[in-house]
Amino acid sequence: MFGFVRIGRPATPRPRCALSIEFARPVYIAGVAETALGEVHDQTELSMVALAAREALREAGLRIRDVDGVFVNYMGEQGSVQVGEYLGLEPRYADSSDLGGAAFEAFVHHAMLAVAAGRCEVALIAYASRQRSKRARRVAASGSGTSVYGPDPFHLTEQFMSPYGAPSPIGAFALMAARHMHEYGTTREQLAEVAVAASHWAALNPKAWRQEPLTAEDVLGSRPISDPLHRHDCCLVTDGGGVVVVTHRDRARDARSTPIRVLGAGEGHSYWHVSEARDITRTAGYQAAADAFGMAGVTARDVDVLEPYDAFTINVIMHLEELGFCGPGEGGAFVEGGALRPGGALPSLTSGGGLSYCHPGALGVLLLIEAVRQLRGEAGPRQVPDARIAVAHGVGGISVRSTVVLGVD
Amino acid sequence: MTDTGEGYGDALTRDFWAAAREERLVVQRCASCGHHQFYPRPFCLECEDGEVGWVDAAGTGRVYSLTTVHLKVTPDLEPPYIVALVELDEGPRLLTRLVDEDGSPLVDGVAIGDRVSVAWHDRGEDPPLPIFRRA
Ligand SMILES: [Zn+2]
Repeated sequence: MFGFVRIGRPATPRPRCALSIEFARPVYIAGVAETALGEVHDQTELSMVALAAREALREAGLRIRDVDGVFVNYMGEQGSVQVGEYLGLEPRYADSSDLGGAAFEAFVHHAMLAVAAGRCEVALIAYASRQRSKRARRVAASGSGTSVYGPDPFHLTEQFMSPYGAPSPIGAFALMAARHMHEYGTTREQLAEVAVAASHWAALNPKAWRQEPLTAEDVLGSRPISDPLHRHDCCLVTDGGGVVVVTHRDRARDARSTPIRVLGAGEGHSYWHVSEARDITRTAGYQAAADAFGMAGVTARDVDVLEPYDAFTINVIMHLEELGFCGPGEGGAFVEGGALRPGGALPSLTSGGGLSYCHPGALGVLLLIEAVRQLRGEAGPRQVPDARIAVAHGVGGISVRSTVVLGVD
Repeated sequence: MTDTGEGYGDALTRDFWAAAREERLVVQRCASCGHHQFYPRPFCLECEDGEVGWVDAAGTGRVYSLTTVHLKVTPDLEPPYIVALVELDEGPRLLTRLVDEDGSPLVDGVAIGDRVSVAWHDRGEDPPLPIFRRA
């Protein structure tokens, strides 16, 4: 049994977070690995996950057979069961919660609690997609009326959303962007700066899909998709994925690289249909960030590296507000002058992000991998000097947000 | 094309679509607290009890946000067109499409905050779809 030893960080104000993990053992990300990225023709999603799982577990000093917790999304019906079987696992803790692309930061949250409480020892968080090679990402009308019984013509989404022809998901983010611009004076130039910053980071990452930096003119002049969002305000469509291993200190003792402490995590969601947003410029990201920072006992001021979920440029502007790097409505002004770029005040999107590095349908797992590598000092030409605390902030569907705060011991 | 063989919509929305066939925009109103809600639920989300019933909305409201879509999304809609969130004067918000006074597709000349009123987009056998035009 694991004793309830107090191992918490020094006492700091925890304004909104009733949950304390001080009763339990500290939790680490001990191994990470990307799957093959870009266009993958010689693997399946399951074999991609298997290869990345073996690599990430080796890095953690563990083997596949050590895994007793499986956390996956988008790996088919009962995804944890399918991935578990493929790897020959019989986990005692499993989670296939569909929180969209935000599932992976939420999985760190869930795995942290499960490992801390002793419900599992070695948690595997995994994802792979071949959406590009399969050309699976067609433009869909907003939402999905598909249920486990097949398409439902009278799903609420099919009755009240799809007939209007809003492209999904970009239509909802375009509505957010338009309202944000109306309320706060955010400009297309500010949105474009997010894409430019991401492309400057990508130029430092040999694995990035886009190697040539974009200019503001490139972004502003790209073709409109769902106004005010244009082509270069939108993420790439690539294959890819990754694996993250969450465990506790004792099981990470043979790790080949520095285990990175999970300091805090949080999540939230507030609507499925964009019409149900109370305030379309505020998301559950405020909730997720408050819980994650509260648990970690740090604030935005302490963050050295930010990995925001840049499916669309507007997301990043709003993430800066949700996470408290600036006030509500101030995200546009924050990015001006290159704050997110290499050498900027808040190095962000350091892999090149979904906009320029890789966006395999769900980006969340890749944000965690990049944050871990930055904190270990493994990021090569794009390394942020002296990075001690990093944040990955996930987006799922439209309103799901999940935040993970990571730190070097 | 029904879930129970009794007309368009589901058990809770059937009356909404029946009213739409008469070009009436209806929303739920709570008899206890007066809260309006849409889409329909089996009770009032504001007070969690109360009898909710359908009432005619004024059919007027303001544009809360909008986007011009430049992508072919559905076979029967030729881009560009404007998709908008409209906040009804009763409170609920609808995702919808904006058209000009004469019913032709709008591509510009409308902004957040503009007044709009309901119009109906004919869909043949299916009930007409509430869309909005500049008031
Ligand atoms: Zn009520």
